[in-house]
Amino acid sequence: MARVIFDEERCKGCKLCTTVCPKKIVIMDTDRLNQKGFHPAGVKEMDKCIGCAFCATICPDCVIEVEK
Amino acid sequence: MGEKLLMKGNEVIAEAAIRAGCRHYFGYPITPQTEVAHYMAKRMPKIGGVFLQAESEVAAINMVYGAACTGVRVMTSSSSPGISLKQEGISYIAGAELPAVIVNIMRAGPGLGGILPAQGDYFQAVKGGGHGDFKMLVLAPCSVQELYELTVEAFNLADKYRIGTMILGDGTLGQMMEAVEFKDEENIVHYEKNWATNGTNMERDHNIITSIDTNPEILESWNLRLQDKYKQITENEVRVEEYNCDGADLIVAAYGSVARIVKNVIKMAQKEGIKVGLIRPITLWPFPVNSFEKYAEVTKAFLTVEMSAGQMVEDVRLAVNGKAPVSFYGRTGGIIPTQQEILDKIKSILNR
Amino acid sequence: MATVFKKPHALRDVPLHYCPGCTHGIVHRLISEVIDELGIEGSTIGVSPVGCTYNNYLYFNCDMVQASHGRAPAVATGIRRALPDKTVFTYQGDGDLAAIGTAEIVHAATRGEKITTIFVNNAIYGMTSGQMAPTTLLNQVTTTTPYGRKADLHGFPIHVCEMLATLEGTAFIERVSLHDIKNINNAKKAIKKAFEVQLAGKGFSIVEILSTCPSNWGLNPLEAMKWLQENMLPVYQLGNFKGKDLEV
Repeated sequence: MARVIFDEERCKGCKLCTTVCPKKIVIMDTDRLNQKGFHPAGVKEMDKCIGCAFCATICPDCVIEVEK
Repeated sequence: MGEKLLMKGNEVIAEAAIRAGCRHYFGYPITPQTEVAHYMAKRMPKIGGVFLQAESEVAAINMVYGAACTGVRVMTSSSSPGISLKQEGISYIAGAELPAVIVNIMRAGPGLGGILPAQGDYFQAVKGGGHGDFKMLVLAPCSVQELYELTVEAFNLADKYRIGTMILGDGTLGQMMEAVEFKDEENIVHYEKNWATNGTNMERDHNIITSIDTNPEILESWNLRLQDKYKQITENEVRVEEYNCDGADLIVAAYGSVARIVKNVIKMAQKEGIKVGLIRPITLWPFPVNSFEKYAEVTKAFLTVEMSAGQMVEDVRLAVNGKAPVSFYGRTGGIIPTQQEILDKIKSILNR
Repeated sequence: MATVFKKPHALRDVPLHYCPGCTHGIVHRLISEVIDELGIEGSTIGVSPVGCTYNNYLYFNCDMVQASHGRAPAVATGIRRALPDKTVFTYQGDGDLAAIGTAEIVHAATRGEKITTIFVNNAIYGMTSGQMAPTTLLNQVTTTTPYGRKADLHGFPIHVCEMLATLEGTAFIERVSLHDIKNINNAKKAIKKAFEVQLAGKGFSIVEILSTCPSNWGLNPLEAMKWLQENMLPVYQLGNFKGKDLEV
């Protein structure tokens, strides 16, 4: 089991994380905006997360913490 | 008193710096001050110090900036064109409030100019040759002995006020040899430098040394802090020599090697029944305004003599504030004014 | 569950001011991870340049010094010579290092100055909004090459790693990129090796990191990564140019 924690208020909506997730579960939350007015990235289907940390590796703003 | 030696001015500057605890020197060759670097190149390795010949004066002043950030005593020296190249770095040193000693052994300008002595960098040194509102504490020695004493003092002042301190000499002072008497024990004053970037050791928050803030309120507060520092320096650090001024018919204002010529002129004038005084600024900034104010009321005329087209004369006029006429006599191109020329000028002013 | 990835200690917990998708942020984290892993935060001093990262002294937990444009290698030299037992790195962009600061980087390298330079090459001036940099590609449009960079007018892109590799004072030179996970991990290895080379006192080390500038390239972050791959990789060959097998 693994999970990722997004510091949503720091996300700048650059979407880089969505391009590297092997499970394609990192998506942009288009239903809401963070303080900066960006759609924050996030994971809905956390059960599919394998904790590879690819999303966190490419994130320029250290938004993502990964547990495994 | 200590050892008495016959030494060349440039070498005395280097020896004085070492005696003041300076162990880091970054320089670049340029006549007429290169012997400072030669001396440092020989001595520093022997005393665990650092001598580095940089690729340019621009690099040298930035090495000084870096070393100063760590809290060590650091110096560079150059001559006029080199000091022009260092002006951006000098402005950064002022903005980041770093202590550093910068020596300018002036030569004739402008441009490549010549290698003979001159005083044409007064404005650059005193009014600020770099960008922004900043000052350097500028000391003007007039002898090899003063090169020694003022260089040691420069390091204390730089640390005390966290300010770039300039020794402003000229080619004669750098190249001539004179007796110099060294103290047995130098007066090295140590100042706490907890602002230095020398590694947190994980025992404190990090230190930052910078001169930029895009928030105008913050940058203005830094500027006000600088202006307050300059006010304190102006109140406490003026150094001047007043020589033979009481009851003088005319007072000459001159600094550095020119002031020594004027002392001979004073003797010559005395023989002709003319009483001439000398006000010799030792700190060019802060300028000794009080000395001029004191004598402006009671002296018929002032004459400023410089190896330039006239720069310090403006500060003399400001200080005298119209209470007496202030004339100027100067030579440029590396020509040193003779005693006779200066005496003739005095006599023409006084219609003698 | 244990934490397997989090912000490194050497990176301060403050938001970065860089544009969305700008890879500078990745470089900051990689440097900080290396500093953590080598346990040198307390003995490291970093030098910030002039450019988009002019105030990245706000982001590193080690002592930091801001340097005038192009002069970081000289400032770092002053620091390193004053503190021989500390670790010193410069963080510089392509304008800072390869335009105004060319003499400083060349001479720091040829002196074998024991510093590590992190050189971020995004082929443009970011801070001042998109002017040509020494590493701008031929035909690349910038605000000062509006009709594309032309060799006869604007000269050729500078290959810094290849240039510095001719200097004997250099101990470790590598060019890496950040356009995908594999390359980001390679970049981290190179940065770590560069710092290790410095710690071992072996001379000058530099890592050139191909990076994106979405805002000034006029692309979104994903397109920018693609543009880097398609345009910069052919011109700036990745790999090691010095010290590949250096024992540290």
